[in-house]
Amino acid sequence: MRNYLLKRLAQTIPVLFGISILVFSMLHLAPGDPADLLLGPDATPEAVEDLREDMGLNRPLIVQYGAWAGRIVQGDFGRSVVLNRAVLPEVMKRFKNTLILTAGALAFAVVFGIGIGILAAKFHQTVFDSAAMLVALAGISMPTFFTGIAAILIFAMGFQVLPSSGMYPARGGDFFDLMRHLLMPAVTLGAVSAAILARITRSAMLEVIQQDFIRTARAKGVSEDKVVWIHALRNASITIVTVLGMQIGYLLGGSVITEAVFSWPGLGQMMVRAIQARDYPTVQGGVLIIAMSFVFINLAVDLIYAWLDPRIRYS
Amino acid sequence: MDTLMHAPKTAAKNANAPLLEVSNLSTEFATYAGTLSAVDGVSLSLQPGEVFGIVGESGSGKSVTALSIMGLIKKPGRVTGGTVRFKDEANLLDKTPAEMRKIRGGQISMIFQEPMTSLNPVFRIGWQIAEVLQIHREMTRTEAWERAIHLLDRVGIASPAKRAREFPHQLSGGMRQRVMIAMAMACAPSLLFADEPTTALDVTVQAQILDLMVQLKEEDGAAVMLITHDMGVIAEMAQKVAVMYAGVVMEEATVEELFDSPLHPYTQGLLDSIPRKKSRGQSLKAIPGIVPNLLHLPTGCRFRDRCAAAHSACALADPPLQTMPNSTRKVRCWLHHPEPPK
Ligand SMILES: Nc1ncnc2c1ncn2[C@@H]1O[C@H](COP(=O)(O)OP(=O)(O)OP(=O)(O)O)[C@@H](O)[C@H]1O
Ligand code: SF4
Ligand SMILES: [Mg+2]
Repeated sequence: MRNYLLKRLAQTIPVLFGISILVFSMLHLAPGDPADLLLGPDATPEAVEDLREDMGLNRPLIVQYGAWAGRIVQGDFGRSVVLNRAVLPEVMKRFKNTLILTAGALAFAVVFGIGIGILAAKFHQTVFDSAAMLVALAGISMPTFFTGIAAILIFAMGFQVLPSSGMYPARGGDFFDLMRHLLMPAVTLGAVSAAILARITRSAMLEVIQQDFIRTARAKGVSEDKVVWIHALRNASITIVTVLGMQIGYLLGGSVITEAVFSWPGLGQMMVRAIQARDYPTVQGGVLIIAMSFVFINLAVDLIYAWLDPRIRYS
Repeated sequence: MDTLMHAPKTAAKNANAPLLEVSNLSTEFATYAGTLSAVDGVSLSLQPGEVFGIVGESGSGKSVTALSIMGLIKKPGRVTGGTVRFKDEANLLDKTPAEMRKIRGGQISMIFQEPMTSLNPVFRIGWQIAEVLQIHREMTRTEAWERAIHLLDRVGIASPAKRAREFPHQLSGGMRQRVMIAMAMACAPSLLFADEPTTALDVTVQAQILDLMVQLKEEDGAAVMLITHDMGVIAEMAQKVAVMYAGVVMEEATVEELFDSPLHPYTQGLLDSIPRKKSRGQSLKAIPGIVPNLLHLPTGCRFRDRCAAAHSACALADPPLQTMPNSTRKVRCWLHHPEPPK
């Protein structure tokens, strides 16, 4: 396991390097001069030239990259052109909100998706199985913005039981308020993942149940519950975790739409505004944080995967 | 514990009382093409400590017979009739799943053909053995783990404490089958089903595994139902043999009787297909034709379309399993029936 961990950690280094190059080039690949871009169309040529000098734009690219990467490593992501504040704290504040939303969606997807998948496999070819798979199919086909708007119409406008937007009431609120605000966006965002997980879990369980070692477990006198929840699920979890890892990526990416629908003050919202305002340092900071979290989620998933599957751990 | 496990089995009340008596066992599978009888009225009886062989070509119903007795037939299969008497127990086929679980793995256990796939890939082998002991012996985790190491040692696995912590993929095929045997013998069962236990192994390893099974069964006094299509293994291991074909027993005899004077044309065909030293290099005389589709059995004798001795009576009716005069051997063939149909 230690070798695997080290190998896997080493693999992230070139990936992080590649990401940093891409993010660095964003400013330089965009049409026009970065200083022009940053200052906007009304800037005087002197101001632009001053900034060029300040930013080191007159130096070779490689030197510029080194200086930029050096600042990033120290946590200096530059200043937001729009807010005129340091980028990193702003981005992290928003990223935290996005993580809350994603975690809520993930919790929903895991509990309902995997739970229903297991039960559908256990009650294979019963009414429960068919109904669950029908709902899952519907869940997969439903676009997030549609589910979100429908949820707002029904629960916020119709029954008026849940708030339609934001994270807290205007006057501020506690954890309970946060949960009330989180419920609809999290379920909306997690619905597709829950549906995918339910189907994958079911098929993985049905496949594992056919295996010889399940027959061995039964021949040992293992109870049917333990056959399903221990012997079968532990094997099926290898497949489930792989799909789950992909779903986390999808949830992080998909949060942009959900944040827009529910006015959730997350990173997605901030990024959209930053792009519209050509606030390049903020865009760079946001992209960097999201890309890095993808890398670390993948790392975590691979490690869990290796922990679940001894054939990887001991090879 | 050891003394308890290795003590000779308490003598049966009646010296001749069978350990297992199966009568008229029938198991069907519902398939899209129709319902097929994989096991069609099989009767067998095993004495305590005996090795009873079941031979027959692929698809003759050997595994389904064993799984039916164990209560391990799953949908789309269904045991449709018969009785299974084991020791003093009531008919096993009438027991609830919970009652059968107490017997399975404890008093009756089973090892399978594929040691590669019969062990759970994600659990340590020590854990997999310990699990049986926790179910049937009410041992604690640590006791069961200690016992599992002892059992690994007993089946000849070197450095058992280290091996117990390993996973199936870290073991060779032969070692995996040793683990399966350790698991099956963990609770000193009085009956062990061995479904082609050596088929998937190298020839040299095969002999070792068979020797190990003989040794353990002698020590624990277990009876073994040995399923195989290898007549050589039967000759070496078994005292009695049932020859199965298309879901029925065609012939049942002691090993000596069967090898000295096979009565059924199918048995003769199987024996002719064994490679012998003398005839090495010559092609084997396989039985012509293939195992019939169970959905479309020939009328009359189900072996008729492959039988060299088939005659007019064979098409008229299915021969019954007939006990031969002045002996215990049984055969299902009109050639050996006192009153064949005309
Ligand atoms: N799950 C199943 N579904 C449908 N039919 C089955 C199933 N399992 C077994 N059968 C039928 O039962 C028949 C007997 O199978 P069985 O596994 O007992 O054969 P066998 O004698 O053990 O053969 P082998 O030597 O190949 O192991 C097969 O021909 C097959 O048609
Ligand atoms: S009954 Fe007839 S067909 Fe069947 S085995 Fe005997 S001789 Fe052959
Ligand atoms: Mg078989």
